Amino acid sequence: MSTLVEVQNLKKYFKTPRGLLHAVDDINFKIERGQTLGVVGESGCGKSTLGRTVIHLHERTDGKIFFDGRDVSDLSKQELKEFRSHVQMIFQDPFSSLNPRMSVSQLIAEPLLIYKTTKNSAELGKEVGRLMDTVGLARRFANSYPHELDGGRRQRIGIARALALNPEFIVCDEPVSALDVSIQAQILNLMQDLQDEFDLTYMFITHNMSVVKHISDNIMIMYLGNMVEFSSAEEIFKNRLHPYTKALLAAVPIPEIIEGRKRQLLTGEITSPIDPKPGCRFAARCPYATDICHQENPQLEEAIEGHFVACHNVKEINQL
Amino acid sequence: MSENILEIKDLYVQYSAGKDTVRAVNGITLSLEKGESLGLVGETGAGKTTTALSIMGLIPNPPGKITGGEILYRGENLREKSEKEMRKIRGHEISMIFQDPMTALNPMLTVGDQIAEVIRLHQNVTKAEAFQRAKEMMEVVGIEGGRANEYPHQFSGGMKQRIVIAIALACNPSLLIADEPTTALDVTIQAQVLELIEQLKRKYDTSLLLITHDLGVVAEVCNKVAIIYAGEIVEYGTLAHIYKNPSHPYTIGLFGSIPNLNETVTRLKPIPGLMPDPTKLPEGCAFAERCGEACEKCMKGAVPYIEIEPGHMVRCTKFAGKEN
Repeated sequence: MSTLVEVQNLKKYFKTPRGLLHAVDDINFKIERGQTLGVVGESGCGKSTLGRTVIHLHERTDGKIFFDGRDVSDLSKQELKEFRSHVQMIFQDPFSSLNPRMSVSQLIAEPLLIYKTTKNSAELGKEVGRLMDTVGLARRFANSYPHELDGGRRQRIGIARALALNPEFIVCDEPVSALDVSIQAQILNLMQDLQDEFDLTYMFITHNMSVVKHISDNIMIMYLGNMVEFSSAEEIFKNRLHPYTKALLAAVPIPEIIEGRKRQLLTGEITSPIDPKPGCRFAARCPYATDICHQENPQLEEAIEGHFVACHNVKEINQL
Repeated sequence: MSENILEIKDLYVQYSAGKDTVRAVNGITLSLEKGESLGLVGETGAGKTTTALSIMGLIPNPPGKITGGEILYRGENLREKSEKEMRKIRGHEISMIFQDPMTALNPMLTVGDQIAEVIRLHQNVTKAEAFQRAKEMMEVVGIEGGRANEYPHQFSGGMKQRIVIAIALACNPSLLIADEPTTALDVTIQAQVLELIEQLKRKYDTSLLLITHDLGVVAEVCNKVAIIYAGEIVEYGTLAHIYKNPSHPYTIGLFGSIPNLNETVTRLKPIPGLMPDPTKLPEGCAFAERCGEACEKCMKGAVPYIEIEPGHMVRCTKFAGKEN
């Protein structure tokens, strides 16, 4: 297996009137070719910013980004265009990410025209047709407009556009969150099929724990710009080591009847990500917080083989 | 047999859209006893919110119209009430929590004034007393009363939803309708809000109609469940009936579509196809087109609504002749 995407000490800060907002703070990860990294966290934790920074939709503040072994941290305009044919993005809301005045075939043809990958209009039409087949869009919709289609079909257009240039890496930002469950399952299955067929590598950003478990090989849990836990999907659901991961998973309502179900509630206020003070950002809500948590940033350390946690008290809490 | 707070009998609601008629609710019948929580589960466009708005008398007319049926609240038909009488019921007897707390609050008024407004409308109190009660309500939902003079944008999403809940509960309603109350919230905040709704329900013995698409939330909060599809209830029963013995093919399909946290499934089993166009509902079973078990009988005529075990109703021809 080879590493396709790697980031080192990636930081993205935004200037706000009240100070520097640390949206992504010192993140490291690797994604192997053909695998899926799930990025999970609640709104405002920086997961979308992370995805966008990796593919240069935001310019990073600091750190390094590698793609297929090459340093792509700084790219000229020409290099960026070349880079973008290898990396693509699928957006959350297929309605606001599609131009309402373009038909389905125009929308899918757009990336092909920009990159001039086809010689003439006949070839272009053929390629658009092939893409529609690939994502399961009936060809009778070729001349429809986005508002005439339901959410699931609109998301299929978004996927077809992302696939048009045969990318290797796709950042999927909440691709199924706006869809009904029965449609959500159709799109998840489609994305898995496409991954097998084209050997795609995904970074799958979501707040939905059951979806991320279903689709990911590795999972990263984020809290206010920091990575707090990282391991294989299977391991993290068996062994939740970070107190935030524990609380997050305990809060997911499970569609089963569970006798004597008890809710674990987090108390305390969410710390501000603007000019954060040193110390663990989860400490204010953490039931296990001790003095050191309010003073020093915890470092990401390997608690069990292949399972990384950023918590001062991980050993005591989990009796490791 | 305890008292029925709410009874809906054979409700029909239509919207006119140009030449077409959208048949949003097609003969819904359900009842809710005092202190009970009923989960109304279905996908976008199934008619969940339309049902809720009918109870509140808030169907926008035109284009919407209740074309048949009765809505009985404590035995009185709400459809026969005048707008003036409905105004006394809304917020006082029946309250509603809306999905999106960002749009449900008035950005130009302080949250304290917004809670006090409903108290002043329904109770004979002075402005100062109402504001004092508003502060108390904020404490009940876990927000400092001292923040009553702040505006909605100064609160987080979860806190705004708690303000909306405070408004809904300010006059101790007997029936609370919650339309996707936690869908816009993060899971850890969702857990707090669900806990709050449950606590308040126990404290005031409020009946709850919870509208959601999340079967997980229903399992945590409700004791009865109605599954709604294309404006019809396709399955109805207790929590145990629906979760232990789901019987309608649509209900089974819904459970198959959700990735489960406790199990590993390599492939989901989605329901193929889409919900039928509500302006052109098919004859016979509305789900037949997407159903793996559909046969000729499903394509025409009314679909029987069958009690397959006591209190467990299913609208499906495959149970014809298998009544309990």
